[in-house]
Amino acid sequence: MAEINKNAQQLKAILVSNKRVGQYHQLIVNIGDVANLCKPGNFVAINVGGDTSRMVLRRAFAISRVSTNSISGGTMELIVAPHGQGSSWLCSQNEGSVLDVVVPLGTAFGIPTEPVQVLLVGGGYGSAPLFGLAEVLNARGCRVDMLLGASTASKIYAPMEGKRAVNSLRIYTEDGTMGQTGRVTDPIKALVDDLNIAVIYSCGPMAMLSAIDSITRGTEVVHQCAVEESMACGIGICMTCVLPTMDSDGNIAMLRSCIDGPVMDGENVMWDKVGKSL
Amino acid sequence: MSALDFSTTLANAWFPSPVFTASGCASSGRELAQFFDLHSIGGVVTKSVMTKARYGRPTPRMAETPSGMLNSIGLQGPGIDAFIAKDIPYLIEQKARIIVSIAGETVEEYSTLARKLRGVSGISAIEVNISCPNVENRGLVFACDPDASRRVIDGVRRTIGGELPIIAKLSPDVTDLVAIARSVVDAGADAVALINTVLGMVINLDTMRPHLGGKTGGLSGPAIRPIAVRAIYQVHAALPNVPILGMGGVASGRDALEMIAAGASGVSVGTASFGNPNAIPTIQGELRDLLIAKGFTSLRDAIGFAHRTEPSDVE
Repeated sequence: MAEINKNAQQLKAILVSNKRVGQYHQLIVNIGDVANLCKPGNFVAINVGGDTSRMVLRRAFAISRVSTNSISGGTMELIVAPHGQGSSWLCSQNEGSVLDVVVPLGTAFGIPTEPVQVLLVGGGYGSAPLFGLAEVLNARGCRVDMLLGASTASKIYAPMEGKRAVNSLRIYTEDGTMGQTGRVTDPIKALVDDLNIAVIYSCGPMAMLSAIDSITRGTEVVHQCAVEESMACGIGICMTCVLPTMDSDGNIAMLRSCIDGPVMDGENVMWDKVGKSL
Repeated sequence: MSALDFSTTLANAWFPSPVFTASGCASSGRELAQFFDLHSIGGVVTKSVMTKARYGRPTPRMAETPSGMLNSIGLQGPGIDAFIAKDIPYLIEQKARIIVSIAGETVEEYSTLARKLRGVSGISAIEVNISCPNVENRGLVFACDPDASRRVIDGVRRTIGGELPIIAKLSPDVTDLVAIARSVVDAGADAVALINTVLGMVINLDTMRPHLGGKTGGLSGPAIRPIAVRAIYQVHAALPNVPILGMGGVASGRDALEMIAAGASGVSVGTASFGNPNAIPTIQGELRDLLIAKGFTSLRDAIGFAHRTEPSDVE
């Protein structure tokens, strides 16, 4: 029995829908019964460029949502920004294309056993998996409030249907083109106090995750963050996506963000050591 | 179904298939076990282990390049004691054939590692990695110097020589690879592994600085395959009785056969597993089919075939 990647499967999966949403593409991929194994926070690794491509590595994408009862069977939704060669190739694929995917990979967000108050914080396209998470938390009876931020309006991902699962949604842009002007981390401290937040779930750039940690560290608030480090394999064999961590017993390690993440306890990450030698 | 003897040997170690994982590209097997049975391939070459646990280099550790990638891991690992306590028993439980790769900072460290492994049962061979490019000081790349290479292998041979086959892993980043190969064989290496990654660099044009945390990294993937084929061909021509474990950009059965024809007795698959977790069983199946299609009845008849004067002499 496998101890690592234990639900992961390599599949030929059909791209059933590819729609442009602002600066992003919403991709729906048919993964059949494997959709039942996907949890919020998990990711997928996809081959890009076809068989003759000079791109030899898979690209990792967070699964934003899964549907287990669509007409074509189980599907997963991905929100992809075409900013590099691999993601651009993926976004240019037509509906009906066959993708080589390895899914599901990585850790998932922990869901509270009690219906506590939670805050979801997303930066840029990193917010995508938070909407699937919000639905799960909502079903658990949690009160879910959400903050989304980006440098400018076109980089905010906030689908209409996603808002149904949240109590409140506030948007922040640094240039003031949408919502309030400022950073998404600005109101967190006040919200944590006012709403008696038990858990913050975050997804976005590392600087944002680190800023949230500086608010929650040493408090009762649990911070579950989905980290971003560049990966070559997504399955734990290349050792490139490591993050410096220290557990509650003081043990220091370079953990792989693909198999020990992407969802990690923010308090365990040594944010000031990221990108530095231990 | 055609009968094909697919087995191979590296010195006195026998393997039912010539396709292996590549050191540093399969950790210690646990991650890939979800995708295929570790017993079903030739063997698992574990990630090079040192005496002490090591954190490795800072991130970024990776840059994709055309048909390849640079890595700068810096031998992150658990240290030999934890490796022997946890990883070897796991691999034995999976019935995997095990080649343990060791790396040291000094000649003595290699001997210490060999001594620790001497009493461990279930190991088929030892790969002595004297060519990792991701070390602080390029002077530590023993495989760049025939005399330093000889001293490392000599120390390991004195410890475990005759008990386990010693495979010396060499770097292609040298002027005279055959001279290095000769010196490790003279010192007691039973086989050589060719090639380690090729030293490279990528500059990040946003920061206008080297992209990798370690500045330089090892280039792997199909981009280096012709270098590997050349290295295998040259060493096999000079030392035809020394078994070679070939690696460097193998991504298909045809790539594996190319290395075998150049003189490799076995082939390791590394970077291809990053792009495809099932690469190793897929390549193994393709190689088997290709050998049968070409009329071979034994893998061993294909080893070094490219050196024959009449290459049409298959039947």
